[in-house]
Amino acid sequence: MNKVDLSMKDAINLALTEEMERDGNVFIMGEDIGVYGGAFGVTAGLLDKFGEDGIVETPISEGSLMGIATGSALMGMRPVLEIMFMDFTTLIIDQVLNHAVKFRYMFGGRDDIRVPLVIRTPYGGGRAYGASHSQSLEGLFLHIPGLKILVPSTPADARGLLKSAIRDNNPVLFLESKLLYNKTGQVPKDDNLIPIGKAKVVIEGEDITLLSYGRTLDMCREAADYLENEGYKPEVIDLRSLNPLDKKAITKSVEKTGRVVVVEEGTLTGGVGAELCSVIMENAFFSLESPPERVAAMDLPVPYSPVLEAEVLPGVGDIVEASLRSLSY
Amino acid sequence: MTEDGTVGGTSRPDKWKTEDGNQRLEVGSRMTDPISHFPVPLSGFMEGQSKNKLTSMLRMMIVIRRIEETLNDLFARGKLFGTTHLCVGQEAVAVGACYPLRKDDLVASTHRGHSHALAKGVSLRKLMAELLGKDEGLCRGRGGTQHLSDISVGFLGTNGITGGLIPVATGAALAFKMKKQDNVVVSFFGDGASNTGVFHESINFASIKKLPVIYICENNLYAMSIHVKRSTSVENIAQRASAYSIPGVIVDGMDPLAVEKAMVDAVNRARKGEGPTLIEAKTYRYLGHSKSDRRVYRTREEEKYWMDRDAIQNLSSALIENNVAADEEIEAIFRDAENEVKSAVDWAVSLPDPSVDDVASGLFQENNEYV
Repeated sequence: MNKVDLSMKDAINLALTEEMERDGNVFIMGEDIGVYGGAFGVTAGLLDKFGEDGIVETPISEGSLMGIATGSALMGMRPVLEIMFMDFTTLIIDQVLNHAVKFRYMFGGRDDIRVPLVIRTPYGGGRAYGASHSQSLEGLFLHIPGLKILVPSTPADARGLLKSAIRDNNPVLFLESKLLYNKTGQVPKDDNLIPIGKAKVVIEGEDITLLSYGRTLDMCREAADYLENEGYKPEVIDLRSLNPLDKKAITKSVEKTGRVVVVEEGTLTGGVGAELCSVIMENAFFSLESPPERVAAMDLPVPYSPVLEAEVLPGVGDIVEASLRSLSY
Repeated sequence: MTEDGTVGGTSRPDKWKTEDGNQRLEVGSRMTDPISHFPVPLSGFMEGQSKNKLTSMLRMMIVIRRIEETLNDLFARGKLFGTTHLCVGQEAVAVGACYPLRKDDLVASTHRGHSHALAKGVSLRKLMAELLGKDEGLCRGRGGTQHLSDISVGFLGTNGITGGLIPVATGAALAFKMKKQDNVVVSFFGDGASNTGVFHESINFASIKKLPVIYICENNLYAMSIHVKRSTSVENIAQRASAYSIPGVIVDGMDPLAVEKAMVDAVNRARKGEGPTLIEAKTYRYLGHSKSDRRVYRTREEEKYWMDRDAIQNLSSALIENNVAADEEIEAIFRDAENEVKSAVDWAVSLPDPSVDDVASGLFQENNEYV
């Protein structure tokens, strides 16, 4: 066997372990990541392995932690900063937007300016955590030039993409779906680096393209099952990276199917789907058989009650509905 | 002057200073108007100093002042674009603070940072070319006054977000500590930045991790137009050090030797792994916040009060009065410095504008290991 069964949480833990063992400049910083093992247990056991030099536990100071990570990266370290919930990334935005991603370009693009750092953070709803612990804010970050954004959908991708992110010489935002942490999958035993910026065709088809990333891949798979039973052949794509975006893969698929549904967990207006639709219009407009469909969260804070939350967040039913609308256009 | 070239006894001892020269804070100490603490700057620290050190400090202060005045002039004549924040009056802080540093120590600056850059060893010509937006500039014309950087001489950068580099400087210090290097980082900021959240978070972090960083507040009394008394809960920003269990030191920011002395202590402490220090340098910017500022929020009398304590004037006269240098030598230093500035400006002005062909390059570092 050259594969093992791992949860996404354990696959991330493995990637962190492997990269820290490989490169002494890699370290993790964040809140409660030591004995506690992180709010979701992702860094469990790493303090024992790497000590306080490798696992830097911090006060609750996100606004500065991001800058501290940046400063250490400028001086040759490779920090992996854990932000406990993606909702808290609003606190790091100045240091991301005005500092980390700009230094290299605005200081002249010279080789002695590099900011190799990873921000890991759990995103998304579905656990009744309420409005400030359930958001998918990648749309905000997609608007930032110079920030790579990765969103794994499987344990194998989580490990391979995180390893690539840590070895990348640029700031990378690495998004982890809370609902996928305990989901298991096959992970290769070898190094298995996954290149950044390459989408993956998960299900090949010819009638309609479902564009997904992170947890929405599973939702699109389910929707695809339904559509197959209805006699359609949907194509499901996992973007894996939002920046850089694999425009070629998107264009190729939409040129083939002529119909597309873009799916995200964030809110609709000005979101990832809006950008994806623009890319499709610019690159595959004359192949379209019907208007692109967007499936996203309603433009609302995520409500607490599971019943209300399910209504506001996108679900498999929304994807099926949008697909059928597109297919019958 | 003594035979070994150092300065002998001082002629103007300062009453307010403690034995080691600087005013150290005690928690809860009450102080009166900060301005009145510094009746006669300079001369308290001249004893034992080499002539070379004193004249090189003077020369650097003059270079900084001349470049700032030249920029002001270029703006007035429409030769310079954008905006700029000039540090005329504050030269002593940068020069005194950077003097004890090594080339591989790091300085993180502010929006008013030409002085910090030059004092840390950034090339005057490249700085001037950058301010004129040329490809030969420090940052190839992409940065400008608030985004200057030259890591090769230990200058991390100037900055356009008030307080924005305080955490970055702190992180650089974390890297030095993790790599077990004995370098230190100096984080400059103003009185305004001392009211930001990152000031609190970063100094707290540096204190608990005992990081080799020196936080220097250039308190020039005004955050743009707001007087420090209207914006700040303490009389002296150095008092805030007590909240982080680190030393807080007030120095006369119009005296490069006073600043340098405080820095030597702080740098030693940092290099020994004993953690950060917060130094507050009381100073004053003679010009407005930026080029459009008509200074309606302060009086000409107050400006005169501080200009009478001018570091360049004071150090020049002290050098002469203490027989360290003759009038002609001081004049030659002024002449030299002015020529250096003029030559840099003339060179930078003569350069062509940058080509736009390359404008999209360099956002990402493409040479990644995994490729």
